[in-house]
Amino acid sequence: MAETAVTTTTPGRAGLFRRPRFRAGTPVAALVLGVAVGAALLVPMIAPLDQSAVALGRAALPPSLPHPGGTDDLGRDVLHRSIYGLRVSLLVGVVAALAATVIGGVVGSLAGLLGGWVDRVLMRVVDTISALPHLLLGIFIVAMLRPGLGAVILSIGLTHWLSTARIVRSELLSLRTRPFIDAAIAGGAGRTRVLTRHLLPHVLPKIALATTLMIPHAVWHETSLSFLGLGLPPHLASLGNMINDGQRSLLTGAWWASIVPGAVIVVVTLAIAALAARGRDHLDPRVRAELNL
Amino acid sequence: MSLVADGVSAGYHGRRVLTDASLTIGAGETVGLRGPSGSGKSTLVRVLALLHAPDAGHVTLDGERIAGVRHRVPASVRTRIGVLFQSPRAASDPRLTLADLIAEPLRAVRHPRERIAGRVAELADRAGLTADLLVRRPHAVSDGQLQRACLARALVHRPRYLLCDEATTMLDASTQALVAAVITAEQQATGMGVLVVSHDPALLSRWADRVTEVR
Repeated sequence: MAETAVTTTTPGRAGLFRRPRFRAGTPVAALVLGVAVGAALLVPMIAPLDQSAVALGRAALPPSLPHPGGTDDLGRDVLHRSIYGLRVSLLVGVVAALAATVIGGVVGSLAGLLGGWVDRVLMRVVDTISALPHLLLGIFIVAMLRPGLGAVILSIGLTHWLSTARIVRSELLSLRTRPFIDAAIAGGAGRTRVLTRHLLPHVLPKIALATTLMIPHAVWHETSLSFLGLGLPPHLASLGNMINDGQRSLLTGAWWASIVPGAVIVVVTLAIAALAARGRDHLDPRVRAELNL
Repeated sequence: MSLVADGVSAGYHGRRVLTDASLTIGAGETVGLRGPSGSGKSTLVRVLALLHAPDAGHVTLDGERIAGVRHRVPASVRTRIGVLFQSPRAASDPRLTLADLIAEPLRAVRHPRERIAGRVAELADRAGLTADLLVRRPHAVSDGQLQRACLARALVHRPRYLLCDEATTMLDASTQALVAAVITAEQQATGMGVLVVSHDPALLSRWADRVTEVR
């Protein structure tokens, strides 16, 4: 009878007990962000806020059932105003991050695709702007314009495009020397086709990730400008305005007036950053392997 | 009718890797090219494929001296030269299925859409690629299967010259034989000139009409 060699493999302990790592932070972050965005969208429809109304009779009330975030020194509901402030912060964060992505994407693409002196000049501009503190440059830009939402968005867009430009440039420089790009050119593809069919599809996921990671930065920048009195007009609810107003109440013991809007911004930006970090892990094959995704 | 490198010197970032190289690939001819690692064989292939600008010398394609490289050369000229790269994985866009990989050069030159599917099916059949392989992406096929798709892509424009840059080095013997057979059949049908770059003297002596050495 012919002997048959059979090779079997037995999974070791590591194989048996190896389980995809579950990271509780991701669903929690998604839930937090979902609740925050849902509240920011729905609350103004369910319970509109009169931005200029004051009620001195219920000023500086601590957190309670009717006012879960307490009231400020003008009797305004802190949680209600924080949700309105979050609307502004998210709007500014998303629009400013998109503006920064467009500027950074165009500059990075020109530098990465054209190379040579165009690349050198554009990257020196990037280095020069990087050397300046973002907030100072942002304050300068807002000071040059009429204060308001548009000025804040422009200020953030013009100060936050640098990292996107560097990412896009380095990706394109790396991609354009790859043999599959040579193969496309040898096959007759023109510049536009190489860019749209072979280069951009590889860069877009990283641009999307960079944009998402930029949103928390943009939100903090908006809050900082509003805190310094350079954002929205003081009577309008913005998280930065509220923290600025609330700091006076800290001395009288009404900590909630600044802590509640501060906590809202910390929790929401951490949730966005956590989800963006998860997206980054998915894009990086080495991290994927380490996480058993 | 020939593809000629005349007195070509080339390098990267000021470092010369190829000096005064001359090579002629005639129509219907198979030329072998060998040389030690770092001797500039791949650089010569890139110069001949109009992908790398020589520092000195020039390339002549069917009697026409070519000025410029890459996109500065019209697509109608570039597509007269097919290239089969050493690493099929590096030479394949990881986003495309094998069918798209083969069809991409035709789409790039706006070939009539109704004829693309037929040409892809014909080349896939010749390269031994089954229908289930054609819908897979590069990461889901072996190096041999991917190189066969790259061969189909290199032949899709019916090039007058095919440059194989150590294209069979990382393949098993049966895939090497299939690649060589497909190229030889195309050559016999169309009179295509072929350059075979290889370290393998046995392969070159079997396949090439003559062998040139780069030092």
